[in-house]
Amino acid sequence: MAKGIMYIDGQRVPFDGEPNVLSVIRKAGIELPTFCYYSDLSVYGACRMCVVEDERGKIETSCSMKPRDGLSIRTNTARLLQHRRMILELLLASHNCSCTTCEKSGDCRLQELSMRFGVRRVRFRDSREESTLDDSSPAVVRDPSKCILCGDCVRMCEETIGMGIIDFARRGYNMRVSPAFGRKLSETHCISCGQCAAVCPTGAITVYNQIGKAWRAIHDPQKRVVVQIAPAVRVAVGEAFGLPAGQNVLDQLVTALKFMGVDEVYDTTFGADFTTIEESQEFLARLEKGGPFPMFTSCCPAWIKYLENENPKYLKNISTCKSPMEMFASIIRKHYQEKDAEDGRTTFHIAIMPCTAKKMEAARPQFYHNGKPDVDVVLTTLEIINMIKESGIQLPQMELESPDLPFGLGSGAAVIYGSSGGVAEAVVRYCLPDKSKNTLRELQYSALRGNESIREATVQVGEREIKLAVVHGLINAQKLLKEIDEGTAYYDLVEVMTCPNGCVGGAGQPYGLKQKKQDRAAGLYAADRAAPFKRAEKNPVVRDFLKNYTDEERHELLHVSYTD
Amino acid sequence: MARVEEIIDSYGCERHHLIAIMQDVQAEFKYLSPQVLELIAQKLDIGVAKVYSVATFYENFSLEAKGKYIIKVCDGTACHVRKSQPIYNAIREYLELEEKQKTSADGLFTLETVACLGACGLAPVVTVNDQVHSKMSPELAIELLDDLRKEEAAHDRD
Repeated sequence: MAKGIMYIDGQRVPFDGEPNVLSVIRKAGIELPTFCYYSDLSVYGACRMCVVEDERGKIETSCSMKPRDGLSIRTNTARLLQHRRMILELLLASHNCSCTTCEKSGDCRLQELSMRFGVRRVRFRDSREESTLDDSSPAVVRDPSKCILCGDCVRMCEETIGMGIIDFARRGYNMRVSPAFGRKLSETHCISCGQCAAVCPTGAITVYNQIGKAWRAIHDPQKRVVVQIAPAVRVAVGEAFGLPAGQNVLDQLVTALKFMGVDEVYDTTFGADFTTIEESQEFLARLEKGGPFPMFTSCCPAWIKYLENENPKYLKNISTCKSPMEMFASIIRKHYQEKDAEDGRTTFHIAIMPCTAKKMEAARPQFYHNGKPDVDVVLTTLEIINMIKESGIQLPQMELESPDLPFGLGSGAAVIYGSSGGVAEAVVRYCLPDKSKNTLRELQYSALRGNESIREATVQVGEREIKLAVVHGLINAQKLLKEIDEGTAYYDLVEVMTCPNGCVGGAGQPYGLKQKKQDRAAGLYAADRAAPFKRAEKNPVVRDFLKNYTDEERHELLHVSYTD
Repeated sequence: MARVEEIIDSYGCERHHLIAIMQDVQAEFKYLSPQVLELIAQKLDIGVAKVYSVATFYENFSLEAKGKYIIKVCDGTACHVRKSQPIYNAIREYLELEEKQKTSADGLFTLETVACLGACGLAPVVTVNDQVHSKMSPELAIELLDDLRKEEAAHDRD
């Protein structure tokens, strides 16, 4: 790692291992603007906003410049400012500036930087061909007229997710970001993970917005609106209200939803406890029967879609368990059937998720019953933030209110589902014969937790040593599958989450880099420590329900097959 | 498709040979069909969008089927000064090409321009299937195409 002293605008600034000059400049407290630099992705150097000038007057992008001892650069000379303004003006000239009604308004990097650099006039005309909006995906909407060609989505899709669904097409003035052959997203193998939308600095790729549908249901007196809240949401929603990432605001969120007119607010952790129990029992049964191994977790809908589209031979390895959201939804559907008949209202189920792929999952035919989806609307964390803001509700000032019973109670093992490694840890907690507190503590220090993208752990279950792997970022799962294919790796249980860091890094969450995602995960592990019970099987309500279900009901409500 | 697969295999399915593979395929089939691009993507284990990206980046790759005769009108500086544009326009009119259309309705001719063939001394230059015709004029060009058309018609009658 390079170490030394640089001169930034004449000031001595030490550097120690920073990957590029841009990071050193930012560390020194100067927020150089960027569109295409995203520290979790490769360096691209396309937007030219981070340019700096050296002593000879040479202008270069700082994102692709290595720090050297004695290097002297300036960050804000007249030429540089003029450059930046010109870049912005040119971008705006070929940008659909319908800003006030844009989905991204207020959160758009182009808008923010144009404001910051005082671009008040655009002297050029846009003579590009008109582009068409692609709203064919259940998760994201692509509006090429707002694309600034930074390539963040392209690199995210290729480097982190490993799908390469979108890329640049054509060249020069005619260049566009597009799926192959200008197809619609629904005609590609897109898995709806939405990470392209999560990194898009403008409104060119946005999450499919279903706020209107949710409001209509809430305002309809004939509808009983029942909400479930996923673990990862509670540690991120506060960020939009000035609270730090990782602060658990579940109880304030419950009050806010009640103010907004929701009838019942429940916790997805209740569903996750069912998932843990069912998945553990399935795993133990597979151990007895001898496979098929590895067993893959089934909580991440984008992961399942990936296997369906690209690697169907592994579908049989997927756990037959529905995701916690869908388990929860089937239980709710059954529970409210009678009540609906009694009082003549219809139950409308909203799931608040950190995830865009959940929108795709909810629309799958497997989760439709009697022509109705089990989950009526999936709202992302970002959408619920918008709704809270629209209502004028000050989330941090809300009184605390616990989720409603009976579906508002979950174990500590369920809360950590929102972090990479959480599902595997919940299953291990169930399967381990030794239920002492110290064993639980030991698990904390195993490879089940951590930030590495592929983690391995072994645990002893009875006679057998179980080999586990935890993977986040779909491209890493693809690497693992390759190793399993080649026979160089063997695992009994593999947890896969498509998004980096798991659900806390979902595409429905507020914008954030690695550190923020890790802070959110830390918030979930803190919630686990504070939980009155740590294991799924200790959940008294879940136990009650399971006791009352027949085997048939249990199968129908909690399991699903993706191979039929 | 078997032949395309052969070409890809001859490069050992290495992704850095992508351009060479596409060149070879195009040399044989005159254009790159969606099926071909998808096969290349699959065999090289890269996204179709990436292959499409490279194919659309280079002017040289064609994604549309081409005619039997590919006419290239040179529009380099020398040919341009020597009035290549009227030749191009005359051919377009003769082939009844509209707007972005490059291939005639009978599928016989495809009309393209080229930046410079390096035969500036012979300007203005037109090539038909890489055969060079020098010192052209609109009239000579039409005559040339007329001859080809007649030849084709005679061929069909046989």
